[in-house]
Amino acid sequence: MPDATPGPGPDDETRTVRPAPSPRTPPDGRRRLLGALRAHPSRGQAVAGVLLALLGFAAAVQVNAVRSDTPYAGARRDDLVQLLQSLSAAQDRAASQLAELEDTRDALEESTDQRATALQEAKSQLEALQILSGTVGATGPGIRITIRDPDGTVGARTLLNAVEELRDAGAEAVEINDDARVVAQTYLSDGADLTDGELIVDGRPVRAPYVLEAIGSTETLSEAVVFPGGLTDEVEALGGTVTVETSDEIEIASLAPEPDTEFVEPST
Amino acid sequence: MIALLGLVVGVIAGLFLEPSVPLGLQPYLPIAVVAALDATFGALRALLDGIFDEKVFVISFVSNVLVAALIVYLGDQLGVGSQLSTGVVVVLGIRIFSNVAAIRRHLFHA
Repeated sequence: MPDATPGPGPDDETRTVRPAPSPRTPPDGRRRLLGALRAHPSRGQAVAGVLLALLGFAAAVQVNAVRSDTPYAGARRDDLVQLLQSLSAAQDRAASQLAELEDTRDALEESTDQRATALQEAKSQLEALQILSGTVGATGPGIRITIRDPDGTVGARTLLNAVEELRDAGAEAVEINDDARVVAQTYLSDGADLTDGELIVDGRPVRAPYVLEAIGSTETLSEAVVFPGGLTDEVEALGGTVTVETSDEIEIASLAPEPDTEFVEPST
Repeated sequence: MIALLGLVVGVIAGLFLEPSVPLGLQPYLPIAVVAALDATFGALRALLDGIFDEKVFVISFVSNVLVAALIVYLGDQLGVGSQLSTGVVVVLGIRIFSNVAAIRRHLFHA
């Protein structure tokens, strides 16, 4: 590297010693500096000015670059490569974490779906069972059968036959006289006085005319009532009359008594 | 006087134009600036010694910058770029300190 200082190029030792013994030198340096500052424009001054302008420009640009650029702008290639490698390793880790979490999420969603499906099935099962056991009201298309019995000759046997025919035809809910819900536990028996036109349904008296409401396929249910030798013929042979009307909106509001099991337990 | 003016003009231009450093020059610019500083302090000391010569100043300035950049470039090619540039900065820093010491003696007699 060329020396910036022309001339003797003295080492530090001589420098340290020189100014002290010669009293002539210090005013010399100051005068020269002042002289240079006051000097008329010359080629040397211009060249020095251009070079110093270059130096100032480069220094300012570098300072700006260091201050404003990203911290990696001045980094060396090795450092950058290392940085890049550690970053891509971190990215790999994050990606595998992401995949794991996505798997977990999918599994959770799947189990949630399964649970929701099971819940829905259980709900519909519950509804079906509630209707079957008569603990909730029911509505739907069906038929209304009115049995008039002026002579008091229609008994529990006939009504039981009617209920059985309706069940055979797929009735999903049956009710007698808007009062007695017919379920699996329901029993029918004749009243104390048959000619009185009274029946006992689940221990409650039911009087003629008997109105049976059944929810199910209207066509099938009607067929089940009017077929030859069926309910209609049976009741008319006893001296009564049967009228059947179909409706799209049969309302069954009565509830069966709460089943009360004392002895039975589910077998495992 | 003109030299001082040039320095001020350069700094102002660098601050206000805010040019971006070309990518290829980025490793060399800081070293080049330090080398140019060394040349400048050497020139100031020569001025106080009364032996300033503009031709020597120009040549030393340019060659200082070029050699410093060359050393850094070589270091990069050899894989010891950061160590070599540290070494260049240390050497130039020592020279700047000794030159400043000489200037101080001239101006303050101390």
